[in-house]
Amino acid sequence: MKLRVAAAPHLVTRESTRMLMLDVLIALLPTTAAGIYLFGLRAAWVLCASVVAAVVSEFLWQKLMKRPVRVGDLSAVVTGLILGLNLPSTVPLWIPVLGSAMAIILVKELFGGIGHNFMNPAMFARAFLLASFPARMIVFALPERLLGASQALSGVDAVASATPLVMQGNWSYMDLLLGNIPGTIGEVSKIAILIGFLYLLFVGTIRWEIPVLFAGSTALLSWIVGADPLAAVLSGGVLFGAVFMATDYATSPVYTAGKCIYAIGCGIMVVVIRQYGNYPEGVTFAILLMNCVTPLLDRFTVRRVYGTVKKHA
Amino acid sequence: MRLNDVGIFLFFVNCALVNNFIFSRFLGNCPYLGVSNKLSTATGMGIAVTFVMGLSSLFAYIVYTYLLVPLELQYLETIAFILIIAALVQFVEMFMKKSLPALYSALGIYLPLITTNCAVLGVTLVNIKAGYNMIESVLSGVFGALGFLLAIVLMAGIRERIEHSDIPEAFKGFPICLIIAGMMSLAFFGFQGLVK
Amino acid sequence: MPKKNSMRSIFLNGVLTENPTFRLVLGTCPAIAVTTNAMNGVGMGIATTFVLLGSNIVISMLRNFIPNKVRIPAFVVVICTFVTIIQLMMQAFVPALYDALGIFLPLIVVNCIILARAEAFACKNGVLASAVDGLGMGVGFTLALILIGGIREVLGAGTFLGMNVLGAGFEPVLLMILPPGGFIVYGLALGIINAIGNRRSKVTAAGKEGVQA
Repeated sequence: MKLRVAAAPHLVTRESTRMLMLDVLIALLPTTAAGIYLFGLRAAWVLCASVVAAVVSEFLWQKLMKRPVRVGDLSAVVTGLILGLNLPSTVPLWIPVLGSAMAIILVKELFGGIGHNFMNPAMFARAFLLASFPARMIVFALPERLLGASQALSGVDAVASATPLVMQGNWSYMDLLLGNIPGTIGEVSKIAILIGFLYLLFVGTIRWEIPVLFAGSTALLSWIVGADPLAAVLSGGVLFGAVFMATDYATSPVYTAGKCIYAIGCGIMVVVIRQYGNYPEGVTFAILLMNCVTPLLDRFTVRRVYGTVKKHA
Repeated sequence: MRLNDVGIFLFFVNCALVNNFIFSRFLGNCPYLGVSNKLSTATGMGIAVTFVMGLSSLFAYIVYTYLLVPLELQYLETIAFILIIAALVQFVEMFMKKSLPALYSALGIYLPLITTNCAVLGVTLVNIKAGYNMIESVLSGVFGALGFLLAIVLMAGIRERIEHSDIPEAFKGFPICLIIAGMMSLAFFGFQGLVK
Repeated sequence: MPKKNSMRSIFLNGVLTENPTFRLVLGTCPAIAVTTNAMNGVGMGIATTFVLLGSNIVISMLRNFIPNKVRIPAFVVVICTFVTIIQLMMQAFVPALYDALGIFLPLIVVNCIILARAEAFACKNGVLASAVDGLGMGVGFTLALILIGGIREVLGAGTFLGMNVLGAGFEPVLLMILPPGGFIVYGLALGIINAIGNRRSKVTAAGKEGVQA
């Protein structure tokens, strides 16, 4: 009998970074399609610019620094797409280009590449752009087309406000769900996000804890401070952030206990910032702040390995 | 921003988060960059700084209000405060050596370095500028230091995590630490406007 | 340590080889706090240089008289005196700059550069050498502040020293003149300067090896 001797691992799955990223891209398809449908060709251009800039930045950096070129793992595509989906459709194209470049080079590659970043690149870029070009980042177009309109489009085709959060009460739940509201390209169509969420759960890319606890704690705390909990979750970037950004492997805790604390922390911060802070939308900074805490959460929620003895300090 | 107007919790939020010493005021950068590479030393430094900042705020206020102002020697505040801080650190060192030897040896050289920590002198000057009374001065010192503690502990967690990352040689150490500080500073922007 | 008998090398050491901001990484607080524009950087740099000069000279003059055990408090008192002097002078002659620098003017007292130079150089060297060292470090610090301040001002406001340089079409990157921008600009500048320095020492080492081979 011929015995094959080999080193571990003996069981190899077909997963790789590329497969993971492909799954995320598939999950983002409904949101992308909805965004382009609602906001028109402009949105498509913004997304294109964002993705291309991300890929080119990563390629150039890895080439210049004489590191292995890894754009084939599609992580830059995902970062670029997510950043683009976080932008209003009205931005000039140099904004997604600048944002993507900063996200890839400063936040990801400078720290050592994929997996080494401690902060979500797309989220940092969005905060960076928001703080740097506030006037550009808070002008949201009303959708050009509606999904089963319930409200007539007014003559104005651009709205300078933060998100429907500021104008709560004017939209029905159906509008919030379908996306007939002003907002960033990716955040408005909650139905599309939920489809993506279910897909990611089904293929096992993400676990349910972070999105559910994030959205849940946002709803609960919003209810406590007197706002409509359902509208709170369906407005702004909560669902998009909870499903696609808070679940980022590199920047969220590894162990379940940590994940839960992280998600609840995000929810708390979102409501606090929305209710008491200067910014009408708290998701961006909530996620960034919890990203900073993730390394400590990982350190302190490490599961005890079976058989080891607890160290006495 | 007076204590009576906003209450103690919001006063804490203001001193520790909204006007964080590192991320908004740029005070305490040197130990923040230098001591944040290990969680244990970072925590120790943070606690020591809290202690010193609280006490120096108290003594600085007393000296300023009851000595300098009546004698119209306000321009000597810098000299007076730095001498108070130096003496205080010396005293804390002696006290720790006798009563808390473990902590004393853990902090090592970092304890005398608190004298040159701009946050300590900075908070005394900030208190005078803001016109705080005694309670507010002490609280401002303690809460500000807690904000410093938070910042340095978070930074230590991140630095321990990137210890084995493939960062470009030229950026290892201070440069990447500064960039991390910048990113954290942006994250802390979320606290803006929390205390009106 | 720089060659003791060359004033020029001592001066250049402070400006380049041991530049306090980019090589020694000292005095980081003002390097970020006052560099929202280049002019504030210049003002702070000049004030710090004045204090460095004064304290280095006095400490060098007194170096044989200060007992070793109390040297740090003694240094601090000397430095403090000069800081108070420059504070009062600035308040009188350039009140706008005085307000702009805020509490970072008295904080020059705890600027690690000054204490470090007093400890490392002034208490061990003659008056002239200490003066030159103080001047070199001060100039190096000022140039670094102008660099960081300049980058932040140009990118964050489109101006340099108050003069518009990038034209009307430029949309300023506001973050550059805010705290995060300060940290990031300093960090990137430090990293790039490190990279340049590493590359030069590699070239020098390779050149030496080539000569020996």
